[in-house]
Amino acid sequence: MSERVKKIVMLVPSAAWLALFFVMPLVIIFIYSLASRGPFGGVEFIFNPDNYVRVIDPMYAGILWRSVYISVISTAICLLIGYPLALYISRQSNAYRNFLLALLIIPFWTNFLVRTYAWMFILRTEGLLNNTLLYIGVISEPLQILFTDTAVIIGLVYTYLPFMVLPVYVSLEKLDHNLLMAARDLGATPLQSFRKVILPLTRPGVISGSILVFVPCIGAYITPDILGGSRSMMIGNLIQNQFLSARDWPFGSALSFVLMAIVLLLLLILARQDRKEEEA
Amino acid sequence: MKRFTALFLITVFTMSCGGTPEDESTGRLASHLNFYNWSYYIGETTISDFQDMTGVRVRYDNYSSNEEVLARLQAGVSGYDVVVPSDYMVEVMISLGLLRPLNHDNLPNIIHMDPRFMGLPFDPENRYSIPYQWGSAGIGVNTARIPDFEESWGLLWDERYSGRISMLDDMRSGLVPALKLLGYSVNTTSEQELEEALDLMIQQKPIVKAYTSDTYIDLLKSGDVWIAYGWSGDIYQVARDNPDIRFFIPQEGTYLWVDNMVIPQKAPSPYTAEVFMNYIMDPEVSAGITNATWYASPNSNATDYIRPEITGDPSIYLSDEILDRSEFLQDVGEQTRLYERIWSRLKSH
Repeated sequence: MSERVKKIVMLVPSAAWLALFFVMPLVIIFIYSLASRGPFGGVEFIFNPDNYVRVIDPMYAGILWRSVYISVISTAICLLIGYPLALYISRQSNAYRNFLLALLIIPFWTNFLVRTYAWMFILRTEGLLNNTLLYIGVISEPLQILFTDTAVIIGLVYTYLPFMVLPVYVSLEKLDHNLLMAARDLGATPLQSFRKVILPLTRPGVISGSILVFVPCIGAYITPDILGGSRSMMIGNLIQNQFLSARDWPFGSALSFVLMAIVLLLLLILARQDRKEEEA
Repeated sequence: MKRFTALFLITVFTMSCGGTPEDESTGRLASHLNFYNWSYYIGETTISDFQDMTGVRVRYDNYSSNEEVLARLQAGVSGYDVVVPSDYMVEVMISLGLLRPLNHDNLPNIIHMDPRFMGLPFDPENRYSIPYQWGSAGIGVNTARIPDFEESWGLLWDERYSGRISMLDDMRSGLVPALKLLGYSVNTTSEQELEEALDLMIQQKPIVKAYTSDTYIDLLKSGDVWIAYGWSGDIYQVARDNPDIRFFIPQEGTYLWVDNMVIPQKAPSPYTAEVFMNYIMDPEVSAGITNATWYASPNSNATDYIRPEITGDPSIYLSDEILDRSEFLQDVGEQTRLYERIWSRLKSH
C-alpha cells in the first residue's frame, strides 16, 4: 500500500463521521428551512424561501441582538474571572495543579439541569444567597436576582467558565519562562511583562476560550427558561418554540441557519482581526 | 454452541414479533400491550387488575408533552398500542393520518361515557378517540397571604401582588387569561383581538415573577409566588401539602382540556388495544384513575365510585354555568403563526 492510499484509508473513519453527523444534519436542516409548514404542522416539501424573509423582522432581530448582548457580557465575565484563575493554577506545583484542574471539571459529573435548578435555590428570594447576606447584615432587603437577566448571566458564566479556563491554562503552560526572565532583565515591571509578553503569547488561548464560551451561550435556552423565568427570550428559546409549540419546523430551521451564519461571520471577523494584528 | 445459537434465534424471534400475536376472529388477545401515557396519570391498580383479568402483560411508558408523542409517531416509531394525546393533538394526528379508526363493536362500555365529552369538535363521531380524563386551568392562591379576593382572572393583574405572580409559559394557554378577561374566544384568529390581549399581557409583565409551566409548583410551595396560573391537578398536589393553597376557576370561564385514548396507525395489537380501552371505560376502573389523579372523569357512571371530596369540588367538576363559558383549545392551523408572533413580541418586550 502506498503512503498516499494509507493516508486516505486513515482518513475514512473521521470523514465518514463528519459526513454522517455534521454534514448530513446540516443538509437536512437546510432543506427543511426551504420547505413549508403544513396546515397541521407537518413539513411539506414545497419551495418556500419566505422563511428567510420572516427572519428579518425587527422583532426577531431584537431577540437576536439580546442574545448577542447577553453572550458577550457572559464571555467577558468568564474572561475576567477565568484568566487570573488559569494564571494562578499554572503557577502551582504539579500535584496541586492537577488537583485544581480536577476541581474545575468535577461539576460536569452532575447533570446540567440539576445544577441549574440548584442555582434557583441559591438565588431565590428566600434562598441561600439572600439569607446569608441578610444574616451577615450586608443587605437589609432581599435582592431580587432570580428571574432577571443577571441570573441568566450568572448561570451562563457558571456553566461555561471551565471552557475559558482550560484553553487559557494550556497556553499559559506552554509559555517559555525564559522569556519572562529576559523581560525582567531588560527592566520590565511585572505589569509591563504581563502586557507585553504574557498576554500576547496567550492570545490564542484567550480567543479559543472566548469562542468556546460565546458559541454555547448564544444558543442557550434552558438557562434563560429556568433562571430567567422565561421573561425574555433568547434566540435558543425562539427556535425551540418553533419546533415544539408552533410546530413550524421550516421556520425553526431557517432561524437555526441564520444563527449559524451569524456566529460563523463573527468568528471569521475575529480570525481576520487576529491575523492582521499578528502581521502588524 | 448449537444451543446458544438456538437460544439466540428464539430471542430474536420473540423480540421481533413481541410475543404471541392477537386474533380478533377468535377473540385471542396479544400477549403484550404497549401503553404510552402521561406521567402520574393512572390509578394504583388499573394496570395490574387488567393483567390479572386478561393475562395480557402491559408495558407502561410515560411522556410529558403532546409534542413529544407527535414527534415519535411522525418519525415512524411504531410499537405503541394505546396513546393518550390531548384534544387539539388528536385533531392534528387525525389530519396527519397517524391514527387508526376504532371498531365500536369492541367498545360496548361506551354507553357509560358522559355525552358532554363525546363527539367533541376534534373528533365529532369518536371515530378515533375515547376521552380518558379532563381538567381545566385556573388560579392557585396562597390564602395565608391573600385572604380576600374575587374569583376572576383580574387577580393576575392586581398590582398589590407585584412580583408574586406566575403565568403558564405557552403561546396558547398563556394567552387564555387575557382573552377571557376581554371576553374573547381562546381560539380567536382575529388579529385585532390578539393585539388587545397582547397589550394586556405587556401591561402585566412588570408584575409577573416568571412564566413557567412546571416550576410554579415549587414557587407556590416555597412562598416565592402567591398567585399561580396553572393546571388543577398540579395545584391540588401543592394543596395536599399546604392547606393554605386554594384553587379556583375564574368566573369568566377558562379553557378545558380532555386527554383521549387513541390507537396509532401502526399499532401492533389494535384489537387488544380496544379491549383495553373498553376496560378503562368501566365505571369502577375510570373512578380508580380519578381517585388517584384528582382530574375529572368523562365517565358519567363512574361518579358513584369517586371520592365525594373530588366530585363535590366545583373546581374539579365545574358547574354548568362555568362550563358554558369555557372552551377547548383547538388547533388554529395556519394562524398558529399569529400566536407565535404575539408570544414572541411579549417575550421581546
